[in-house]
Amino acid sequence: MNLNDELIATITAEALAALAAVDTIEELDERFPSIVGKRSAFASMQKSFGSLDPEQRRELGARLQDARRAVEASVELRRIDLRAAARTTMLEADRLDLGDVVVASQSWAVTLGHAGLVGSTQAELEDVFVAMGFTVADGPEVESDWYNFEALNIPPAHPARGMWDTFYVDLGEPETVVLRTHTSPTQIHLMESAVANDSLPIHSVAPGRCYRRDTPDARHLAAFHQIEGLVVDHHITFADLAGTIETFTRAYFGPDIESRLRPAFFPFTEPSAEFEITCTICHGAGCRTCSNTGWIELGGCGMIDPAVFESVGVDPDRWSGFAFGFGIDRCAQMRHELSDMRALIENDVRFLGQFA
Amino acid sequence: MRAPISWLREFVDLPESVDDLRTVLDDLGLVVEGIEFVGEGLEDVVVARVDEIHAIKGADRIRRIVVDAGAGPLEIVCGAWNFEVGNHVPLAPVGAVLPGGFAIEKRSMRGVVSNGMLCSARELRLSDDHEGLMVLDDVITPRIGQPIVEALGIEPDVVFDLSIEGNRPDAWSIVGVARDLAARFGRPLREPEYASPTPGTPTATVASGEIDASDLCGRLTVSLLRNVRVGPSPSWVVNRLERAGMRSISNVVDASNFVMLELGQPTHPYDAERVNGSTLRVRRARTGESLVTLDGVTRTLAKPGRGLGDTGEDCVIVDGADEVLGLAGIMGGESSEIGLSTTTVLLEAAYFDPMTIARSSKRHGLRSEASHRFERGVDPELALRAVARFVSILRASVPDLEWLDGPIDVRGDVPEPSMVLLRHDDVERSLGTALPVDGVVANLRALGFAVALADAGDLVVTAPSSRPDIRTGAAGRADVIEEVARIHGYRRLVRRTPTWPQPGGLTPRQELRRRIRQVMVDLGVDEAWTPTLGSETSFALTHDGSTPIRITNPLASDESILRPTMLSGLVAAWGRNIERGLLDVRLGEIGVVFTHPRDAASARRTRGGAGGKVDLDLPLENERVTVVLGHRSDDATSAATLWTLIANRLGLADVVIRAVENPGAGAHPTRSAALVDRASGVVLGVVGEVDPQVIDLVAGVQGRRLGLLDIDLDVLADTQAVRRRSQRVAVPGRYPSAVIDLAFVAPLSLHAADLGHALSSATPLVESVILFDVYRGANLAAGTRSLAYTVRLSSADRTLGDSEVATLRDELIVVAGQHGATLR
Ligand SMILES: [Zn+2]
Repeated sequence: MNLNDELIATITAEALAALAAVDTIEELDERFPSIVGKRSAFASMQKSFGSLDPEQRRELGARLQDARRAVEASVELRRIDLRAAARTTMLEADRLDLGDVVVASQSWAVTLGHAGLVGSTQAELEDVFVAMGFTVADGPEVESDWYNFEALNIPPAHPARGMWDTFYVDLGEPETVVLRTHTSPTQIHLMESAVANDSLPIHSVAPGRCYRRDTPDARHLAAFHQIEGLVVDHHITFADLAGTIETFTRAYFGPDIESRLRPAFFPFTEPSAEFEITCTICHGAGCRTCSNTGWIELGGCGMIDPAVFESVGVDPDRWSGFAFGFGIDRCAQMRHELSDMRALIENDVRFLGQFA
Repeated sequence: MRAPISWLREFVDLPESVDDLRTVLDDLGLVVEGIEFVGEGLEDVVVARVDEIHAIKGADRIRRIVVDAGAGPLEIVCGAWNFEVGNHVPLAPVGAVLPGGFAIEKRSMRGVVSNGMLCSARELRLSDDHEGLMVLDDVITPRIGQPIVEALGIEPDVVFDLSIEGNRPDAWSIVGVARDLAARFGRPLREPEYASPTPGTPTATVASGEIDASDLCGRLTVSLLRNVRVGPSPSWVVNRLERAGMRSISNVVDASNFVMLELGQPTHPYDAERVNGSTLRVRRARTGESLVTLDGVTRTLAKPGRGLGDTGEDCVIVDGADEVLGLAGIMGGESSEIGLSTTTVLLEAAYFDPMTIARSSKRHGLRSEASHRFERGVDPELALRAVARFVSILRASVPDLEWLDGPIDVRGDVPEPSMVLLRHDDVERSLGTALPVDGVVANLRALGFAVALADAGDLVVTAPSSRPDIRTGAAGRADVIEEVARIHGYRRLVRRTPTWPQPGGLTPRQELRRRIRQVMVDLGVDEAWTPTLGSETSFALTHDGSTPIRITNPLASDESILRPTMLSGLVAAWGRNIERGLLDVRLGEIGVVFTHPRDAASARRTRGGAGGKVDLDLPLENERVTVVLGHRSDDATSAATLWTLIANRLGLADVVIRAVENPGAGAHPTRSAALVDRASGVVLGVVGEVDPQVIDLVAGVQGRRLGLLDIDLDVLADTQAVRRRSQRVAVPGRYPSAVIDLAFVAPLSLHAADLGHALSSATPLVESVILFDVYRGANLAAGTRSLAYTVRLSSADRTLGDSEVATLRDELIVVAGQHGATLR
C-alpha cells in the first residue's frame, strides 16, 4: 500500500466517522460540505493532484473518486434513515387515539354538500324505470372478452369489435380481459343467472361505468356511464320495445319530447334500431345541436338476437325480449347543456356546487 | 360512404326533394351524416380572360390584374401567381355568393379597388386544388363571359354522406343504396351497361388462375385485357369519382375504383408482362415471406399477431414463379403495379374469406377500400359482372380494348346463401305488427331475396348472394324480419307499452348506496368522480404490498393502473381545488376499487377466452365510500364526528372506532383508526387522517390536515357483519331519570367505547352512557388515562330513589373494575 492509498483510506474513515456522528437531517445538510462536499478532505486531496503528470493524475483521481462515491452512498443511506426517523418522531408526536375522542363535545357545522351530476342523473333514470316496473342490476367493470364480446355475438377478430375502442387488462391471455366497453355484458350476467335459477322473466335496467380507449375531449371522456335495459318475457315484441322507449322518453325528458326508431346494427340485437328523441334544445324546430334535423340520437336498442339467447341458454321459442342502452352522461349533458364533459372529472367545487 | 344523387339516379328514378330523400335514407338505416351540394352557388361565376398583370407598390404577395369577362376591363386584386396574360380563369363578380355563402364585395387593398375575385377550384368547391387559380385553358376551350357551369359542363349535384352499418356490405355501393331506395319506393332497379368478352383467343391459352387455399378464397377470376393504353379517364368518370371522394389516377385504376364504388366489387389490375406466366395463384403466406406493398412498406407475412386467436394467417396472390404479388384483398405489391407503359392487363376479381382479410388487415395495420369491403363480405357472384362493367368503362377511353374470351373462373369455398323459413305469424310475433303477406313478399323480392310460398302462408326465403349478413335458423329469421321492417319503415310499426305483474324496485344494497350518498351530501360533502385509472406513483403510495393491475394499452402512462383505492384520486382533486384558491373543500366518492386476483381472498372466477371455454380469475371489485375532509379546520376528529353522524343516520347498532397498529396505506399511521362492528368484530373501514406524505406527494400541499373516512360498502351492506338497530321502538319511561357522572382511571388498552358499552349493559336500568371527558396527565399512572361518563339511570315503573341510585353506582364501579378501570 503506497502513501496515497493510505491517505485515501484515512480520509474515508474520517468521513464515515463524521457521518456517524450526525443525528438529524438538518445537521447532515450542514455538515455535508465538510464530510464529502466542497470543503472535504476529498476535495483538497483532489486539488493537490494538480501538480502530478496526467497519467498519474487520472489513475489516482479515479481511486479517490471511487472512495468519495462510496462515502456519498453512505450519506444517502443515512439521509433515508434520518428522514424515516424524523417521520417517526413527527408521527409519534402527532399521535391521536380516535377511540378517545369525545364525540359528544364535537359540533358539526351545517354546510351543504352537492350530489354529483352523473350520480343524480343515474338515480333519476333509475327512478323512471323503477316506476315502469323495472328492477335495477349492477355489473362488474372488468369483464372477460366472453361477456363483453363473444356472448353478445361478437366473436374474436370480428370487424364489429372495431365499433369499440377497448382497454385491455394485463391478465391472462392477450385481449381476454377488458374494461367493459358497454353495459351490455350485464345482459349476459342477468340471463345466465336467471337461467341458472330458473327465474325468468327479466325486467331490469343496469346502469354503470364503462370505458373506451379514446382521447378525452369536450364531448367524450375515456370513462362514461351507460344504462342498459333488458326485458325477457313471453310474447315480447318490437312494439313493446318502441312503446317502452316512448314511455321513458316522455317520463324523463317531458311530455313534448317524442322518440323515433331507425334501423341500425348491433351484433346482439336483431332487428336493431338507433333511437332518437326530439331535440331538447329546439324542441324539433331545428338548431345547431341537432344539425337542423330536430332529432338527437340517444342510444341503441333492438330485439335480443337469437345468437345471444343461444349463448346463455334461453329457449327462443318460449321467450323473446328486447334490450336498449344509452349514455347517462349524455342525458346529463343534454339536460344541463354541459359544454365540456371534462368538467365532470375535474371536481372543481364551483362546478359541483351548482347541483342540488 | 359518399353517394352522389346523379349516380343513384342511373339506377332508380328519384324525383323526391333532397330533404325527403334524406328522411327516407335515414329511415332505411342508411344514415345521412352530411349533404354536400356540388356546383351550387356558381350561377354568377363567369369565364374571364387575363389581359394585364401589374405589381402593387409596397405589396409583394398580391398583384393588380386586369381581366375581361365580356363587359370590358375590370380591375381585380389577386394573390395567386400560377397564371399569365391570355389565360382564362373563373371570375366571381361583386354581388356573387360562392358555395358556402361567401359573398363577394367591392374591396380596397393597398389603395387598389378589387371588383370581384378570381377563384381557385377549391373556392368553387370543384376539387381540393387550391394551388392558385383554376386555369381553364388546361381543361377546356374557354369563351369569355360564359357561365362557368356551362363552360365546364357542370351539372349541379347533391352528395349524401352515408354511414353504412357493419351488417350491410351490400349497401357499401351505389347500386346497393339504389336497391334500398327502389325497394322502399316500389320502383324498378335499372342495370348498368356491361361489356362482353371479345370472341377469339380463350383466356386459358395465355393466362391461368388457381386457388390453393379454398377456405381463404371462395372465387378467383382472372381476365386478360389487351390493347390497353394507360391515360386519363373521360371527364364523366373523373367527376363521378371526385364526387364520391376519390381522385382520378389513370383510366385503368379509375375503372377499377369506379366499379368498386358502383357495384361493391374490388378488382386488382396487374401489368400482365410483370406477372410471371400471366398466372395468379391464391395461397397461404409462408413463414419468412415478405412483400413490399404499394405504400412502399415491407410487410413480414405469416407472423402471428397479438389479437385473440390470431395465428398470423395471411392470404397472398402469387405468380407463376411463386413470387408474392400482393396481400390478397388488401393491397397489391410494387412489383406488378401497372404503369404508363402497360399494354396488357391481368385483372383479378375475387372473393376472399372476410375473417381472414379482417385479421390480416388488423395485424398489418393496413386498411384499404378493398379490405374494407372484403372483410364485410363481397357478393361472391359479382366478380365477372364487375369485370364486364370494368371493361365497359375502360372502353370509353380505350375503344379497341380486347377482353379475352372465357375469363378464368375458379371456385373455392363460398358460403351458401341462407335459406330461412318464415312462418306465417313470425313477422307479427316479432314486430307486434301484422303485415300483409304480399307486402312482405314484395319487399323481400325487391331486395333480391327469392321467396317461395309454402303451406299455410309460410314463406321460404332465400337470401341473395349479396347478403352474407343473413344467417340461418332463428337468427336468420330475425335478419329477414329486420329487412321486412326496414323497407316497411320502423316508424309505421305499432307501439305498445308492456306491463307485467312483477314489481320494480331497488335492492337493499342499492337503497343503502343511495342512502349513504344522501347522508354524505346532507352533511356537507361534495360528490366527486375521480379516475379509475391511476399512475404507478399514486399506486405505490396507496397500496399495501398488493400487485398492480395494469392496462395493456393505456392512453397515457399515468393512467395505466386500476385504482386500489379512491384516496389518491380524491386527494389530487382536493389539491386541484387548493391550487385554484378553493381552500375549504370536502369531497366524497362512491365507487369501485380493484384487487389483483393473486391477492384476493376469493377470486372472481368467470368464463373467458375464445368460446368462453377458459376459466379466468378477474380482479376483485370492491365498492367503497371514501371521503376526504379538507376544510382548514378539519382533522381526524372531524372525520370521527362525521362517521358518528353517518352511522346514526344509517341506523347501525354498534360500530366503534378502534385504534389499530396499521390503519392501511394512505392513512395517517398514528391518527387513524378502524371502524369495527363490536359484536361481529368485522372491520368495515378506516377513519382518521390522510398520511401527510400522500398529501405532499399527491396534492403538493404541506401543513394541512385532511380528514379521512373510507368505508367498505360490501361489508356495510352485510347486515350480519354490521348489525342494524332493532326495528322495535322503545317507549321512554315517564319517571324522571337520575344522572350521575363517573370518572375512571383506565389502562390505554381499554377502549373508551368498550367501557361505555360495559356500563350500559350492566343493568337494564341504565338508559344511556355518554363519554364526556378524557384526561391524560402526569398525576395518573403511566399507561392510563381518565375517562369520564355521564350515565342516565331510569325505570319504566318508578322513580329511582337515592339509595337505589347509590347501589346502582356501586354496581357500575364493580363492572368497570372487571374491565380494569378504577374510580378516580
Ligand atoms: Zn335542435
